[in-house]
Amino acid sequence: MIILFGLFLLSLLVITALAIVRTENLFVAVMLTSIFSLLMAANFFVLDAADVALTEAAVGAGITTVIFLSALALTAESEKTVQTGKRMALVVVAVLATLIIYATFDKPRLGDPEAPVHQHLAPWYLENTPVYMDFPNVVTAILGSFRGYDTLGEVFVVFAACIGVLFILGVKPPEGRIYDPHASGLRHHLIPQVVGRLLIPFVVLFGLYVQFHGEYGPGGGFQAGALIASGVILYALLEGEAAALRALPQPVLMGLVIGGACLYGAVGLLCMLLGGNFLEYSVLSSNTVSGQQLGILLIEAGVGMAVCGALLSIFHAFAARPRRL
Amino acid sequence: MNLLELLGYFNYWVFAIVLTVGLYTVIAKVNLVKKLIGLSIFQSAVFLMYITMDKVEGGTAPIIQKGVENQVFSNPLPQVLILTAIVVGVSTLALGLAIVVRIFEAYGTIEEDEILDAD
Repeated sequence: MIILFGLFLLSLLVITALAIVRTENLFVAVMLTSIFSLLMAANFFVLDAADVALTEAAVGAGITTVIFLSALALTAESEKTVQTGKRMALVVVAVLATLIIYATFDKPRLGDPEAPVHQHLAPWYLENTPVYMDFPNVVTAILGSFRGYDTLGEVFVVFAACIGVLFILGVKPPEGRIYDPHASGLRHHLIPQVVGRLLIPFVVLFGLYVQFHGEYGPGGGFQAGALIASGVILYALLEGEAAALRALPQPVLMGLVIGGACLYGAVGLLCMLLGGNFLEYSVLSSNTVSGQQLGILLIEAGVGMAVCGALLSIFHAFAARPRRL
Repeated sequence: MNLLELLGYFNYWVFAIVLTVGLYTVIAKVNLVKKLIGLSIFQSAVFLMYITMDKVEGGTAPIIQKGVENQVFSNPLPQVLILTAIVVGVSTLALGLAIVVRIFEAYGTIEEDEILDAD
């Protein structure tokens, strides 16, 4: 049964991808991208990746769509049809697809427990998470501790991307463009207003739950940051951008981004000061297990702050840009 | 090779098709926003491949419950890699879109051929 469901979802995924390429209206393409992400999240869930499904649903279907839409508002809404080099591209792509499909027959089939990927490190992680951290979610254990260096790098990439967007969109806009800082959002539309207001507190509350419950269930800093950011973005859409900036001003957002990245690094340095290696949380407490738990809690908080601040700063950078009349 | 074994490769075929659909969009479309959409489709296809590899038959999400014996878990490692990659993906996508917005402000178009003509 689950196989049939998987087949259905994957077929829909291909159809959506083809529809995205075919449509010439960019607004339609962006909405289809949102659906694509939601289908992808469902696929991830079917494939046992609960944490990834949560991230894809929050980031891919939610925040990516909003950022695309705010970029479309600043540019053009439809593309022109140009007929150059299409056939050549089609041939190249068809050959590549055939080659990849031919190559897949050498891969282990879906769910094969003997596949090489399951032999090397994964059993060690599954065996040792209860020993070193004593909490259930192995994904959080690997993300926060076993592979803490990777995650630190990813947080700095998010940080750098946020700074980059702020730099690029920070320059003075050309003449003849207006920006209404008191734009009312959806304030005069009754149904989105009522439903949205009801949703916002629960979205943020769920984000906080996901943040602090990441050790026990699917979740963690990345998901929580994206969820809280999407709650605030919903507020900005309903009440206008100025209201959202009053609630969380730009300096606070920058503080979250920088503070989050620094908190992560500081925990690593603290471990060194206490006589351990960089990001070796065991030394943070007299008991190695509670030291690991404390370290992971702290760096997850850093990740959550950095992601939430970065996504909101990016959103505001696009939304505050003046548009053409 | 029976039908069920063939279906075990279906995820990889979808990966191949979605990947090449994304690549086609990047190559053949001249609209810059469409190119970025293609890039994110390409990226999603790679995510799908990694997550497909993590599945173990009869397995469940890698969250260990105490007191339950003989559980089979799917591989947590690809999940960690992709989880962080998704968030990094949206940040870099935003960076690309910011550049597109600036290009539009400078050239008044986001069609690649018109930008090249204007130069």
